[in-house]
Amino acid sequence: MIETLDTAMGGIPQVVWIVIKILAIVLPIMGSVAYLTLAERKVIGYIQVRIGPNRVGPRGLLQPIADGLKLMMKEVIIPTNANRFLFILAPILVLAPSLAAWAVVPFDEGMVLADIDASILYILALTSMSVYGVIIAGWASNSKYAFIGALRSAAQVVSYEIAMGFALVGVLIAAGSMNLTDVVMKQQGSFLHWFWVPLLPLFMVYFISGVAETNRAPFDVAEGESEIVAGFHVEYSGMTFALFFLAEYANMILVSILCALMFFGGWLSPFQGIPVLEGLFAWVPGIAWVLAKTAFFLFCFLWFRATFPRYRYDQIMRLGWKVFIPITIVWLLVAGAMVLGNVAPWFD
Amino acid sequence: MNIEPIIFYFFSAILVAASAAVITVRNPVHAALSLVLAFFTSAIIWVLLEAEFLAITLVLVYVGAVMVLFLFVVMMLDINLVPLREGFIRYLPVGALVAIIMFVEMVIVVGSNRFGLDVFGAGMKHGPDYSNTKELGSVLYTVYVYPFEIAAAILLVAIIAAIALTMRRRPATKFQDPSKQVLVKRNERVRMVKMAAENKTTPNE
Repeated sequence: MIETLDTAMGGIPQVVWIVIKILAIVLPIMGSVAYLTLAERKVIGYIQVRIGPNRVGPRGLLQPIADGLKLMMKEVIIPTNANRFLFILAPILVLAPSLAAWAVVPFDEGMVLADIDASILYILALTSMSVYGVIIAGWASNSKYAFIGALRSAAQVVSYEIAMGFALVGVLIAAGSMNLTDVVMKQQGSFLHWFWVPLLPLFMVYFISGVAETNRAPFDVAEGESEIVAGFHVEYSGMTFALFFLAEYANMILVSILCALMFFGGWLSPFQGIPVLEGLFAWVPGIAWVLAKTAFFLFCFLWFRATFPRYRYDQIMRLGWKVFIPITIVWLLVAGAMVLGNVAPWFD
Repeated sequence: MNIEPIIFYFFSAILVAASAAVITVRNPVHAALSLVLAFFTSAIIWVLLEAEFLAITLVLVYVGAVMVLFLFVVMMLDINLVPLREGFIRYLPVGALVAIIMFVEMVIVVGSNRFGLDVFGAGMKHGPDYSNTKELGSVLYTVYVYPFEIAAAILLVAIIAAIALTMRRRPATKFQDPSKQVLVKRNERVRMVKMAAENKTTPNE
């Protein structure tokens, strides 16, 4: 990174180039977040035999823009006796790490902003930071509901981070690298070479922990509206509320793309190694595959929300500590044994 | 012009300011948040030293886990600061003495005669291919494997001891066992009964 900055001082264009790359990542994410909200309302609508939003634009396609405009027009209310500085800082602290994590996410071979060796660790570190925004929001709002939501969220995120971290350790044992590009390239062969086969329990733990980490249903006790109104963001309105919303959806997309990259072969074609189909689908660019896989996991997020009732708090804790952590520890040993034993076709 | 010193002094200034804020601000939550900022800024300075693995681990462990729990506790405490500040002037000489002794000790241990440039030489600059993570791993598991394993064992003992200290069983308390609740079958809770329809009687008789 230092070298990049050093050369940047010689010729400004490199800085401009990096900024362009950042914009090329962030703007599509913002667009995806906007349309993910529409997709959520549509998908859940059809699951519940409704149509969902269909008034704004053709088939309701302009609904997210109308929502965004509405949120921007609304007044930002700061509650009495709230800590003004922290109250404004909290939504920024939630959104910033969830966007910064995208710096190391590769979309195709070589299509990555920062190809660093410790990228899995970097993502884990940044996702663990977004809990501060939630805690600070709950505390600074000077409201009991918000505070309870923040405490619940802190306990839940810290618990599930351990299981998530262990699942990632399994991936790096299997890949022998913490670099996401290397992780994907290790899965070449066919769709049976992808890590979801040898690391199936870790994949399940990772994805469910990802749902818990993003505070999504059925783990959404942090904002459980039937108990504590809206949890940590109950006092937020207008754009400050929108930032929490953006961060939650950006995190969902991040967890989904990480699942695709680490367990489902990233940009590798699912038809790799199958005689006729491989040639037929050779023209599809890698980024299309990774986005398609991400879209599938995002659909799972919405599907879960429409299907499962909210977990009880003590059951969440039990699942995290007493079920997931033992599973991951056992499977780490299994994964290590498979790597040592050069089990074909993944580790030969 | 080199940008490195600018980055270094910028983040060092933030680090010193945040560390000073930890012990000077009145609100304990603000103090804890300043400590988070201090940890994060020192991680950035470690990245400047090409120690990116340690930097990310610092953020992951201290910022991501330890300080969250710390903040958790501090937020729930209801600290009245007035009695805490009562004896400030009276204990000031003692505190100053302790501070001076600690400062002298630290200078003796990490002074420039031990860690100066003439002892260690200027740090070597590495190219973009250099992986500090790999270097650290290869040293940690070969040269320093025994100290590493001993440290791990000590930490494990400490974890078990901490859990053992907080475990207490009170027979009088009633609590639910979620695993039993999860395993419950329909037959244990609901009984389907077949019965003949009852004769309808008119209510006003």
